[in-house]
Amino acid sequence: MTSTTMSIPRIFDRPKSTSGIWSWLGTVDHKRIGTLYGITAFLWFLVGGIEALMIRAQLARADSDLISPETFNQLFTMHGTTMVFLVVMPMSAAFFNWLIPLQIGARDVAFPRMNALSFWLFLFGGLLINVGWFTGDSPNGGWFGYAPNSGITFNSGSGMTFWAIGLSILGVASIAAGLNFIVTIFNMRAPGMTLFKMPVFTWMTLITSVLLVLAIPVIGVALIQIGTDRLYGTNFYNSINGGDPVLWQHMFWLFGHPEVYILILPAMGIVSEVLPTFSRKPLFGYPFIVFSGIGIAFLGWFVWAHHMFTVGLGPAATSAFAISTMAIAIPTGIKILNWMATMVRGSIKINTPMLFSISFIAMFTIGGLSGVMHAAAPSDAQQQDTYFVVAHFHYVLFGGALMAIFSGIYYWWPKMTGYMLNDKQGLVVWFLMLLGFNLQFAPMHWLGLDGMPRRIFTYSSEQGWEGLNALASTGGLILAIGILTFLFNVWYSKRNKVMAGNDPWDARTLEWSIPSPPPHYNFEQIPEVEYRDDFWYQKYPELLEHEDGHVPAPAGAQDDDEAAHDEHGGHGIHLPDMSYYPIMAAAGVAIGMGGLMAGYWVIVVGGILGMWGIIGWSLEPVNDPEPDVEH
Amino acid sequence: MAQQAITEYHAEAQDTTYNTSTGLSNRKLLMWAFLASDVMFFGTFIATYLVYRNRSLVGPYPENVLDIPITTISTFVLLMSSLAMVLALHYVREGAKGPGRFWIAMTAFLGLVFIIFQVVEFSTFVNEGLTPRTNLFGTTFFILTGFHGAHVTIGVMWLLMLLYGSFKGTLRSDNSLDLEIAGLYWHFVDIVWIVIFTVVYLVTANDGAPPGAPPFIHGG
Repeated sequence: MTSTTMSIPRIFDRPKSTSGIWSWLGTVDHKRIGTLYGITAFLWFLVGGIEALMIRAQLARADSDLISPETFNQLFTMHGTTMVFLVVMPMSAAFFNWLIPLQIGARDVAFPRMNALSFWLFLFGGLLINVGWFTGDSPNGGWFGYAPNSGITFNSGSGMTFWAIGLSILGVASIAAGLNFIVTIFNMRAPGMTLFKMPVFTWMTLITSVLLVLAIPVIGVALIQIGTDRLYGTNFYNSINGGDPVLWQHMFWLFGHPEVYILILPAMGIVSEVLPTFSRKPLFGYPFIVFSGIGIAFLGWFVWAHHMFTVGLGPAATSAFAISTMAIAIPTGIKILNWMATMVRGSIKINTPMLFSISFIAMFTIGGLSGVMHAAAPSDAQQQDTYFVVAHFHYVLFGGALMAIFSGIYYWWPKMTGYMLNDKQGLVVWFLMLLGFNLQFAPMHWLGLDGMPRRIFTYSSEQGWEGLNALASTGGLILAIGILTFLFNVWYSKRNKVMAGNDPWDARTLEWSIPSPPPHYNFEQIPEVEYRDDFWYQKYPELLEHEDGHVPAPAGAQDDDEAAHDEHGGHGIHLPDMSYYPIMAAAGVAIGMGGLMAGYWVIVVGGILGMWGIIGWSLEPVNDPEPDVEH
Repeated sequence: MAQQAITEYHAEAQDTTYNTSTGLSNRKLLMWAFLASDVMFFGTFIATYLVYRNRSLVGPYPENVLDIPITTISTFVLLMSSLAMVLALHYVREGAKGPGRFWIAMTAFLGLVFIIFQVVEFSTFVNEGLTPRTNLFGTTFFILTGFHGAHVTIGVMWLLMLLYGSFKGTLRSDNSLDLEIAGLYWHFVDIVWIVIFTVVYLVTANDGAPPGAPPFIHGG
């Protein structure tokens, strides 16, 4: 076999172990990569949460001097950057990784090693952004990094350079993940699963992936521009030589608004799986929900300047962007109505995942309504840069995205681990989070309309903002207790395991047809799909008869056909071998790019490591020959 | 048969059978999706160039440095490399090893010639006083064309690896898809250059000092 003759010498043997640290460093299994994403993102969630608590501690009292203005700038910058890029996006990626192959009946993603590369790039990129906590010079230009404030002239520390470098690496990770899931979803569906038989979560993942692949390059270019400005003195945003601050805003928000949908569409997918399961009804208006998702993703490209109404783009542009922004409320509203219609006359089972999903609808609707308020440009002029905007996007991103993510955690935990999360404790977690969240962010609506600006490190007691701020900080504390209760819930449920079985929720999609946790190869036999919610109709064929008079073949009847699809006969299932090249390539990229800040020899070391990883990877066969056929 | 044994179930090997939901190979779909992403990448850089057109505060301006005849030659060389790529794929598919290798090498060689043109162009501009730090034209020009040059360089390295694979026997007529995918990338990079050549050289090459900015005097 020629490919073996081409492989370059290896320093280490190809990793083979199935337990211990090496099994994680070399893994290409989508389930393990999903777990890595989930755990890493949750750790960043705790970091971002502590940053938020410090902000709230500072703002709890008027004229507070607990935290210096400079540290405050670093805190809100890192809180925003962390929560967007290191928490909500990778949490979604954790669900993509875990669920997409299971939902479409595949054994892994299309490019398992590239999948591992995405995770390691995400991890190292996140570390680079956070280097500042150790150098004492954290990024401080806001998560939006507005130039020229983020340029070298006004911000000479190393923080924003690390920010630009780290985010670029995260961008590469996101593009690679997006490409991977596009190919996986288009190409690796089980026989019979046409696009409109896919679960809605799979649909939302596909749409999100397309947005990632198209939107991330825009911020990538902006980051390269600000990066070369800072490192090499180019003039993109150097106002002395004519650089234009508004260009950065266009670039950032042309990425930034699709990014908003990158954050929320996976959450919508999660809710669309949870609500039908616990209402014991099919999702109401499946095509409407799917096409609304596509509509949101499309319209999301034509609304970016609503972040810039006060810049002075002129009445024509402002009006156009106000109209397109209001138009995007239509597909969003369609989704909300369909979710509610899913619950109408259902046999609703109230438990933790369901309550989180219902809270998602309620909180997201509030956030959506305040969004429509500042879609109106004159109204936005009043709200721009006030706490009203902070209230708005926390209602959509915490009340929306994170509520749905917690719903997904409680819903899929039994599938991922094999045991249930204690539901009674889960109700406490839900209650504390919902209460704390609303106490923290609802008062900000009033504060914002009263004129309290964002990103100020303190305010005078004469402003009369102290009461509401103290209330918000109390809410933050309750929210934090809720998160701690969640950690206790996980610990307790792990100690006192209640095994879940294959299908604890009597659910509808394919992942529930296999054991919990799923075996390495997921499906012993690749399923054949005949209907949307095929697993449900295999369990309840009489419902199908009721609906369209057709009785499906009982489960298992297609097994003989299956053998024809399975290339291996009974010779076992071959999965991609493990590989350490993805982590090597990712480390090379991170060291090389970090070396831009350290010195040329570091760039050389990173470059060699990265090239070695990439070349070794491209010459490494996906599967090594088995020992008995090697010669 | 050993080949069959080791490439059982895994997605990347499905290319040989295209046993996928769409019937397209995974890697080909990946390349098309990546090219869509790259369109946004170059599109953003080209947009930046156009936004900053005529906004340099000091020279050299495009009319002082850009040389359409020379660049027309390098553009022609790059376009001919696309032709060479088509021929290379044709012969590799037919199993004609010699011509296949010749045209792969020719594609890489023409790409290399293009890069040499670019290196000479860049150093000429620097000698004439235009660097990425000089003005907005320098910044946007060097970064845009530099990233295009980086794409061509990656393409040349990719082609050289395929050439090596052709000698080692890993690039054969039955997996010409390897070359086809590299070809998709190569043609895309050429198409991007057509846009850059049109926008940067044909449209803006006569831009002089914008109103209010001083004219550029060589050595001045």
